[in-house]
Amino acid sequence: MDSHVRASAGHELQHEAHAHPGPKTYVMVALVLSIITALEVAVFYIPALSPVLVPILLILSAGKFILVVAFYMHLKFDSRLFSGVFVAPLVLAMLVVISLIILFKVLPLYRNV
Amino acid sequence: MATAEATVPAAAAEPRGLWSWLTTVDHKRIGILYGVTALAFFIIGGIEALLIRIQLARPENTFLDPDTYNQLFTMHGTTMIFLVAMPLAVAFFNYVVPLQIGARDVAFPRLNALSYWIFLLGGLVLNSSWLFGAAPDGGWFGYAPLSERQYSPGLNMDFWAIGLQILGIASILGGINFITTIINLRAPGMRLMRMPLFTWMTLVTSFLLITAMPVIAVALFFLQFDRNYGTNFFVPSAGGDPILWQHLFWMFGHPEVYILVLPAFGIISDVIPTFSRKPLFGYAIMVYSGILIGFIGWGVWSHHMFATGLGPIADSFFSVATMIIAIPTGVKIFNWLATMWGGSLRFTTAMLYAVGMIAVFTIGGVSGVHHSVAPADLQQTDTYYVVAHFHYVILAIILAFFAGIYYWFPKITGRMMDERLGKWSFAFTFVGGNVLFFPMHFIGLLGMPRRTWTYFSELNLGGLNLLSTIGAFTMAFGVLLVLINMVRSARRGEPAPANPWGAATLEWATSSPPPVYNFARIPTIHSREPLWDEHGGKLQTEDLVQLEPGQRIHLPSPSYWPLVTAIGVAATFVLFMTQTWWAPLLGVAVTAIGVINWAFEPAH
Amino acid sequence: MNHAAVVPASHGEHPETATGLNTWKLGFWVLLGSETLFFGSLIATYLTYKGESVVGPYPHEILNIPLTSISTFVLLMSSLMMVLALAAVQRGDRKGTLVWLMATALLGSLFLGFQSYEFTHFYHAGLTLETNLFGSTFFVLTGFHGAHVTVGVIWLLVLWAMALRGRLTQADALKVEIAGLYWHFVDIVWIVIFTLIYLIQ
Repeated sequence: MDSHVRASAGHELQHEAHAHPGPKTYVMVALVLSIITALEVAVFYIPALSPVLVPILLILSAGKFILVVAFYMHLKFDSRLFSGVFVAPLVLAMLVVISLIILFKVLPLYRNV
Repeated sequence: MATAEATVPAAAAEPRGLWSWLTTVDHKRIGILYGVTALAFFIIGGIEALLIRIQLARPENTFLDPDTYNQLFTMHGTTMIFLVAMPLAVAFFNYVVPLQIGARDVAFPRLNALSYWIFLLGGLVLNSSWLFGAAPDGGWFGYAPLSERQYSPGLNMDFWAIGLQILGIASILGGINFITTIINLRAPGMRLMRMPLFTWMTLVTSFLLITAMPVIAVALFFLQFDRNYGTNFFVPSAGGDPILWQHLFWMFGHPEVYILVLPAFGIISDVIPTFSRKPLFGYAIMVYSGILIGFIGWGVWSHHMFATGLGPIADSFFSVATMIIAIPTGVKIFNWLATMWGGSLRFTTAMLYAVGMIAVFTIGGVSGVHHSVAPADLQQTDTYYVVAHFHYVILAIILAFFAGIYYWFPKITGRMMDERLGKWSFAFTFVGGNVLFFPMHFIGLLGMPRRTWTYFSELNLGGLNLLSTIGAFTMAFGVLLVLINMVRSARRGEPAPANPWGAATLEWATSSPPPVYNFARIPTIHSREPLWDEHGGKLQTEDLVQLEPGQRIHLPSPSYWPLVTAIGVAATFVLFMTQTWWAPLLGVAVTAIGVINWAFEPAH
Repeated sequence: MNHAAVVPASHGEHPETATGLNTWKLGFWVLLGSETLFFGSLIATYLTYKGESVVGPYPHEILNIPLTSISTFVLLMSSLMMVLALAAVQRGDRKGTLVWLMATALLGSLFLGFQSYEFTHFYHAGLTLETNLFGSTFFVLTGFHGAHVTVGVIWLLVLWAMALRGRLTQADALKVEIAGLYWHFVDIVWIVIFTLIYLIQ
């Protein structure tokens, strides 16, 4: 990590200015978030979709998550270092969820194999 | 603030008195506070250990009753891990890391102070349980359902859960502080791959802290809510599973042991090159292996649970993962030895402790690999074989910390420790520690269970246990010599030069002790061994320490809001013991007052 | 005469950093990383215990999807308000700052209102912390989330009061940015909760 990039805090905004989304983008994102939410609720209520309910909902909510993090929290436009210090623990958290599900819900199914 | 004198940069500028300590935000002072507090708790935890060893010196002994024994071994473990080993590491993080990276302080000085006060209050809350005759007695690991209200009706495990919650906050905040400091406050030219290994290990440890501590926080909330608000997290009749406690606890608990050991690895990795007059062998490998240990350390937790019936798939996974983690760990041993090989060795006390650490850690590591073999562990678990394993690696950590003390004491106090007394302290600590813990391998495999207040004479283990107890007192004497050496040397030790060991890293470029502002001019770094490379000549103390005429250095002002906030945090958790929903909110209010005033605090 | 001096710095001064990035922002992202583990453990526990309650009420009997869809939408919109507030501060628009900050706080409070309604409704329907595993895991998870929202609302109101007194200018944009990061984080946690707890039953 070379330290030739130096900037004091007050100038950071100017550095980002050329890659900064405006209010219009934010409203668009809000619109998309609303649409996705509506889709999620729709999927919940449509019985025909219930076999694929889980994957669809996971993908849709992941989409919302990424939109908020990338645009509202600005990670798409910021240094990858910020992404790194957030995403690494996030991945760990997802592994915690997955491993507990495996240990408590999946493995017991193979008890008598 | 006072004016710094041109010729005496440090002493004249420093404020004095109790208030200056209560309001300090200086990483050096906070480091000293952590260190002194941790050593005080070390004495307490050590006395707890000696009492345990007296009880176990003879079979069917009645020196202690079972209840007292349970409190002692629970508090011994909890104290040594949370109130000694972790804060000692943090003491070194605090004092040394900013100096090693060429910074004037950590990223968030007031947050740093907050962490210390929360730690102190957490330790006091935990130990106040003794005054109520209700010290925690469910083991340092607090397994449900034993820790639930039904089987632990008194306040004991409430003190435990609350104490650890308070301490956990301090650790998380400290982790955030050090990650930010190390990433963002490095001097020009101090690339990540030029940082001293101690700073690198601090960084990895800090990531482990911020990821592992939240998990135990959740587990402790579950336990507190079960105990005080009637929830069902670990209540089998409601469908709850006590095994969930074990998973959550060890998801924290295993990274925790790497939180304990990585700083020790870091210290050794700085000490050994200094006293071999050779750069660390395989620097990059040492960095990557440390990072790898951190990651893999998150994947092995259920090796503490091989006897809980996880099933062959889980057992195999965790068994293999545990074996794998031995690889980056073992690599470090070879790198330390390779550093020494062909070096110009000086066996100062610090070096003796460091080399002793390598030997002791190897033994502890090997028994760890034994545990990794799940079927074999079924015999070893819950016996003294496990006690032997983890005490060996912890003994290694203590030896490393003592190496750190002997190494950095001159920098911190401006005085040399007594080398002769130091070598005696090493002899007693090293020999005593081995006599104390080695017999436990045999005691365990011969059938003595752990966590029990006595054992039958038919086991014929009285002799080995007595040997162990003799070792305990021997080691205690060694520790006493270290403490005596510290106190005497702080008063009457030889004045120390800036770099008494001829070491390579940046903390040795400033005076002993450093001025309050660490460096008058932040140096530019060109290599991993700034004081050994061709620019090292320019890093002479006077240049770096002396202020130029008219030079102004901005340092963060002292503040008492961290102390107020810490009181609020501690109060919030303590008030859970009232079993009401509203009492903790009083603590929240105090915390809010502290935080808001802190946020709006002016410079003066 | 030597006038070299060590002087107290105002907290929050920003000397140059090794990465060129703002130290407060970096520290805050690290905190958010830590918080993912906190909520991750709570969510993992909820999912582990899903379907294990021995007695009811059970989720499908009691969770109100239409109502929660609305509260979810409210929280999502509050994130929009927040980011508009940040944009306003960044261009020195005091009025805009006041409007959007208050809008965020109001929507956040509305969300909390929905949560309170839901909690009291569940309580009267016989679901408490103690009733069963669903009660324990649901209330603790959403309770901690609600506590985080509450802290956020208070934080926003403090910022709003500062803006009212003219003490939240363009130069203070970082303060709003960081409050924004906190607010959006609380929102994304809810996105996960809404899907995993309410929609996937």
